[in-house]
Amino acid sequence: MIDPGSAVKKGSAKPEAAVAPPAKIFFALVAGLIFGFLLQKGGAAKFNILIGQLLLQDWTVAKIMLSAIIVGMLGIYPLHRAAKVNLHLKPTRPFANIVGGLVFGAGFALIGYCPGTAAAALGQGNWDALFGMTGLVVGSYFYAEMSGWLKGGAQKWGDLGKITLPDAIKVPRLPFAIGFALFLAVCLFALEKFTVR
Amino acid sequence: MRRLFVYLLVLMPSLAMAAEPRVDARNFPGPAWSPYLVGAGIGVLSWMTFYFADKAIGASSFYATVAGALGRLFARRHTDSLDYYKENPPKLGWETVLVLATIAGAFIAAATGGEFTGRWLPPFWVARFGPDSLVLHGVVGFLGGILMAFGARFAGGCTSGHGISGALQLNLGSWISVVCFFIGGIAVAIPLYLL
Repeated sequence: MIDPGSAVKKGSAKPEAAVAPPAKIFFALVAGLIFGFLLQKGGAAKFNILIGQLLLQDWTVAKIMLSAIIVGMLGIYPLHRAAKVNLHLKPTRPFANIVGGLVFGAGFALIGYCPGTAAAALGQGNWDALFGMTGLVVGSYFYAEMSGWLKGGAQKWGDLGKITLPDAIKVPRLPFAIGFALFLAVCLFALEKFTVR
Repeated sequence: MRRLFVYLLVLMPSLAMAAEPRVDARNFPGPAWSPYLVGAGIGVLSWMTFYFADKAIGASSFYATVAGALGRLFARRHTDSLDYYKENPPKLGWETVLVLATIAGAFIAAATGGEFTGRWLPPFWVARFGPDSLVLHGVVGFLGGILMAFGARFAGGCTSGHGISGALQLNLGSWISVVCFFIGGIAVAIPLYLL
């Protein structure tokens, strides 16, 4: 299949530079400010809202994530089709996705924040996010220590490469994205109807 | 890894002993804005980052970059020899600046909305584990952070990179990961807070 996004000019990436180009730093700054602002306004910097989601009491996080996915998908796929943006797919590795995902989830329940929302929580003055953030730094180095060993083995088990849901069931991407967005919107309506918050 | 599990085994009974009866998250402050509005905003933001910066939103590799930068400070040669840092040299790039700016953005939102807290213990945690549980909270959070970082790096992303950016691109591995984030989270949170 022809990938329309591959027609997009790659950003002036210089992998050897210690600091990214100024324009990219500027975009990162603006995007981060907006991201943090929205996370806090959505309550995703609050311990009780994040833990409340894992206790299935407070569905705010699911509502934010599903809305972001629906709106994002309905923009990214048409833009990609029109060769205006590249997709940034990550390889699908079922074993690593499942095991890593479950371990991540266990950690999430213990900290009460995730990597992005911990940053937002710190900005809101929830200083306890620093405990988890320190752990995140230590854990990242711990992983890097093991990366050589994991990368050649367990992490690659069942590697399917960079594939999307529509690729997996062999249907065209854009129509699938529209249908899937509709399905997620129905889920969102159900959440709104059946949850207190 | 085995040592971690031993710590957790010791931790669980002390958590159970410290615990108050079950709690309800809905008795605590909710979001300032509609979650739908906020989610739609993050969706539009992702169009912008793809279009203007040719990048997706993600957060977890920020911590790996900080760890790598600190590692290079103390053990430069060893850090540079690690596979992960050979592929992802720690530098001041997209995700590092994005996460630092996230802190500032959340501060602006909290300050303008009168929601800045400035405290070490979340009231929801206090309702469950009492007001004298700062050490417990710190230890649990720190261990949780280690597990979370390991899981994020192994799975290839976090709630932002997989849960939002990957999911909105219909990335198969991201959907598998995000479902597992919540299965793992629910499986640990329910015994911790409700039993």
